[in-house]
Amino acid sequence: MIPILQVRNLSVRFGGLTAIADMTMDVREGEVLSLIGPNGAGKTTAFNAITGYLAPTSGGIAFRGKSLKGMRTDAIALLGLVRTFQKTSVFGGRSALDNVLIGLHLRARQTPLAILLGFPYVEREERELIEEARKILGFVGLGKREKEQASALPYGDQRLLEVAIALAAQPKLLMLDEPVSGMNPSETAGFMAKLAEIRKLGITVLLVEHDMKMVMGVSDRVVCLSQGRIIADGTPAEIQRDPEVIRAYLGERFRRVVGGNA
Amino acid sequence: MSEKAKPLVTAAWLLFLVSIPLWLDNAYLLHVLIVTGIFIIAAMSLNLLLGYAGQLSLGHVAFFGIGAYASALVSLGFKVTLWPQWALTVEPKPVWLAMLTGMLAAGASGWFIGRIAFKVRGAYFVIVSISFAEVVRLVAVNWVELTQGPMALNNIPPVEAFGFVFYRKPANYWLVLGIAIASYVLIRRLVHSRAGRAMVALAENEALATSVGIDVTRYLVLAAVVSATMAGTAGALYAHYVRIVDPDVFLFIYTVTMVIMVITGGKGTLAGPVVGGLIFGLLPEGLRAAAIAPEAQWIVYGALMVLVVYFLPQGIVPALKKVRG
Repeated sequence: MIPILQVRNLSVRFGGLTAIADMTMDVREGEVLSLIGPNGAGKTTAFNAITGYLAPTSGGIAFRGKSLKGMRTDAIALLGLVRTFQKTSVFGGRSALDNVLIGLHLRARQTPLAILLGFPYVEREERELIEEARKILGFVGLGKREKEQASALPYGDQRLLEVAIALAAQPKLLMLDEPVSGMNPSETAGFMAKLAEIRKLGITVLLVEHDMKMVMGVSDRVVCLSQGRIIADGTPAEIQRDPEVIRAYLGERFRRVVGGNA
Repeated sequence: MSEKAKPLVTAAWLLFLVSIPLWLDNAYLLHVLIVTGIFIIAAMSLNLLLGYAGQLSLGHVAFFGIGAYASALVSLGFKVTLWPQWALTVEPKPVWLAMLTGMLAAGASGWFIGRIAFKVRGAYFVIVSISFAEVVRLVAVNWVELTQGPMALNNIPPVEAFGFVFYRKPANYWLVLGIAIASYVLIRRLVHSRAGRAMVALAENEALATSVGIDVTRYLVLAAVVSATMAGTAGALYAHYVRIVDPDVFLFIYTVTMVIMVITGGKGTLAGPVVGGLIFGLLPEGLRAAAIAPEAQWIVYGALMVLVVYFLPQGIVPALKKVRG
């Protein structure tokens, strides 16, 4: 089976700085793949290049066999590749429900002309969209907060709302950029459970995360980046033993604490 | 206000607005209401761009003026030499067709500005939009063969439809009221739809909007075209009501007036431009009626505006909503 996402010899350079050098990796359908590495390793840059926010210097990216070269972010989302952001990113001035409704953009069929002329199907579709948005909010556990303004939600809830917005866009591959950063341990545990449910919906997940307990707990495979290069690729158990990964990122302490009981 | 009472309140308001010419026995006040109504339509159109799509178009009066000029010219007929040997002659056309031309011309310039806004955002867009209005004004002043320049286009015919001539003030009042209501309904439909949400998303967080598949350019252009067409309609109404158009319709002060109406009333709310428009459209007349010294009238106007913006930064309508709970 063709991998859902193929990254081939991807390089991104900003002037003289090489952010990503010759990155090649696959994401297989249905798996949870984590991308780890020290700060500045190029994880978010890889996300940006894959989702069309910046043009790679060289190399290719294919999603479900289709090249993404030159495609805009919104067109990539239409194919089913949706990401969240490292820094909390919601539509702050709007209610939680409105946030998810915006996320449902691609699911709606109404055209500008039909909207202006007030075709009855537009109103019918609006009611369906609101139902759908409520379902998604309920799924991430924000069902009771639909009327609250997004920017007024507690931090952890804003992060959940981000995932709700991304889920509304019907991703086949969901790319999460440090989804639990800033969450407390119980919120993180809750999020891990949520991720398992997302997976059951048949959504493939590409995760960037620094919380190693979460990474090792939810991932099928882990790819480790350092200074723009992939230095290791394997199962969580393999990654934890990899001397290169320990030296560049995890540290000796990790081998003793987590690696010991792995 | 309960949900059940809402349609009743709306109906009462409409009835009140429609009935005004029947009991208001003052032609001058009716004139002020008509002009204010025209400005409210323009302010509502600006609100779509500024309040929902989040783009400050400080050249909005250009769309208004283009609508006014195009409609006036087509209804009067004109002849211009486009090339030494080639002249374009347009015979006078019926007013409804002229107004449609005015709307289309304004909409087309809105499309152009919308495409530019894709390239330049924020302060740069503000400058581009101001410059656009200024360039159009200079064309209106200097292309004398077409526009008569500062001599103005005179004797513009009044609106005529189905053999009825909108000559007297009550008829014009109802016409403006009808088009204002239609504009309000159109904007409300747009705002409560996928398209309106896409515009809001663009204003709130463009990167996130594109990540969920919103083609921001498309919706920015849509907002600009609808907004410009609506402003152009207001301009065409203006031309056929006052029946004279000169390059002063492009003055920056008119854009400022629209922005004041939108900001004080509450940008990004449906009722905001209407409330702000009524207050700041009728205020100069109210102050005159209060027999305040002429030089003090504008000081009061300015002071009131500053107070509203200072104490109700979100605008009057959102503040009222908050008070109600």
